[in-house]
Amino acid sequence: MPPYCLGVEQIRRHGRELGRLAAGAAIGAPAPLLLLLVVASVPMSAAGGLGLGLFAAVVWVTRRLAARQRRRARAALGATVPSPYRPLPAGPFARLNVVLRDPATWRDLAWLPCQFVAGTGTAVVLVGLWLGAVQCVTAPALRGLMPEPTGFDPLVLELTGRSSGLAWAAVPVGLALGFVASRLPRHLIRMQARLAAALLGPTATTRLNARVDRLTHTRAAAVDASATELRRIERDLHDGAQARLVAVAMSLGVAEDVIDADPAGAKAMLAEARATARAALTELRDLVRGIHPPVLADRGLNAAVQALALDLPLPAELDLCLDRRLAAPVEAAAYFAIAEALTNAVRHSDATRVRVAITDTGSALRISVRDDGHGGADPSRGTGLLGIRRRLAAFDGELRLSSPPGGPTVLDMELPCVS
Amino acid sequence: MRVLIAEDQVLLRDGLSRMLTAYGFDVVATVADGTDLAERLVSVRPDVAVIDVRLPPTFTDEGLRAAVAARQRVPGLPMLVLSQYVERLYARELLADRAGAVGYLLKDRVGEVRQFVATLRQVAAGGTVIDTDVVAALLRRREALAGLTPRQQDVLRLMAEGHSNAAVAERLVITEKSVSNIINTLFAKLGLPPSTSHHRRVLAVLAYLDDRDR
Repeated sequence: MPPYCLGVEQIRRHGRELGRLAAGAAIGAPAPLLLLLVVASVPMSAAGGLGLGLFAAVVWVTRRLAARQRRRARAALGATVPSPYRPLPAGPFARLNVVLRDPATWRDLAWLPCQFVAGTGTAVVLVGLWLGAVQCVTAPALRGLMPEPTGFDPLVLELTGRSSGLAWAAVPVGLALGFVASRLPRHLIRMQARLAAALLGPTATTRLNARVDRLTHTRAAAVDASATELRRIERDLHDGAQARLVAVAMSLGVAEDVIDADPAGAKAMLAEARATARAALTELRDLVRGIHPPVLADRGLNAAVQALALDLPLPAELDLCLDRRLAAPVEAAAYFAIAEALTNAVRHSDATRVRVAITDTGSALRISVRDDGHGGADPSRGTGLLGIRRRLAAFDGELRLSSPPGGPTVLDMELPCVS
Repeated sequence: MRVLIAEDQVLLRDGLSRMLTAYGFDVVATVADGTDLAERLVSVRPDVAVIDVRLPPTFTDEGLRAAVAARQRVPGLPMLVLSQYVERLYARELLADRAGAVGYLLKDRVGEVRQFVATLRQVAAGGTVIDTDVVAALLRRREALAGLTPRQQDVLRLMAEGHSNAAVAERLVITEKSVSNIINTLFAKLGLPPSTSHHRRVLAVLAYLDDRDR
């Protein structure tokens, strides 16, 4: 539909836009009162706790308004405006301390008057435009209705001096005003949204701080994960291969000692030693596979996932869209995350089918593991999901889990991998 | 001879148990956990105990601590402690009470069946046996040993491993009398008091090496 065409849909849309602007004006409306209370709370704080309480109340209300505006801004801009506040500790005074030191608090207060001006200004401009448009379009009719000046003439009659030519000339002007009035709201809404994004979102510094915090956290988790891993390998070696080799040595020793006196017994000992040696080899092989699977090293993630699928006791559908080799640690993280997810599906969900999809977006690897089991997976229980999350977090990756009771369980993982 | 075995790995526990039974020992108790090992040692009072250093629940040095604790209550209770790797600190802790009847061996030594069994009897009889590797680690870092002849060093090493004069003589293919002479020279060189009791002699040497090495 061309933009100048005035249909029912256009009118509806305009109505919605006006509603949004009205809501925007309403959000800004309490600003003068709130700012007045902030100013008032300063001398009151000197007197006692009352002012601090007042200030806290203002901050609370402002944050609610800001949260509301952030949601509206997300709808208008299609991009999230993240909440920039520092986490609040327990205890009223500790809280107040954090709030006072948080630049976001003061940016909120700066946003209040801006939103007030933008909100009310918008309303005034729109009402003016529509009044003007209606008067101009109806100017010839008004001139007919009110041929003589009265005490309260419409503005258009005063401006045109009741001349017939000018009154008719006002009609297209009115149409133009109406067009502008109908098109303007969406821009005004976007403008307010941008204002919110600029003042209510995190600053570059807070964004960096948050990132540093997250990286510190994930690095600690990564160090922890690798220490746990080393301990596991050491335990596996100690309990597995090393113990078996000692047993082999023991059997051989006994066999050597009794071979002359009891050849049959010695033979049995030797057979036992050989069986134990074979078991030790199997264990070593499995251990190596657990540290870094040879097929992953040789052929990359696709082949390693195919190998995993072959070992599964249930059918697996694979959709692997990855045609390059990634950095070895990233491949390993992806591989073990998938392996763990598949193990979970087999062990806990009673699934009959699983599906693994890998998509390479260039900057990130998207992995999705889905099973048709009974769902209800809880990330807070069991170490499997936690392990995956840790592995991914070490690379700034993410894990999202959807597992409603009754299934299906879908694990979506994202792993940054800039080549 | 009554033996107690403390080992958490079934494979080794059963293997040791079978082997010792085959060599005429009477395995009176097997323990798989370090929690009440000291209690068991005291109540069972074996003629000798074979103890793995690392036991559940913590899988650290449970066995060693239980051994030391049991010997505090029953001084000189014979213990042969097995370890997956050489740890001088552990040897020192075991030897600290100077009561003898103690052995500290690498786990691998159970493969040398005859020698292992002999060592176990030696410990049960009150001897002190420290693993060759531990002794070697002690000797390797000794600057004071620079003044010793290679032969004297050999004798010192074998002595520290718990061998009697006769065994040392046999190994070095010399007479027992010359071994005795070498030992006297050694003790004089190291400033150790002359000693005839076998395990005291070992302890003296080890204590000397350990003290000077700290």
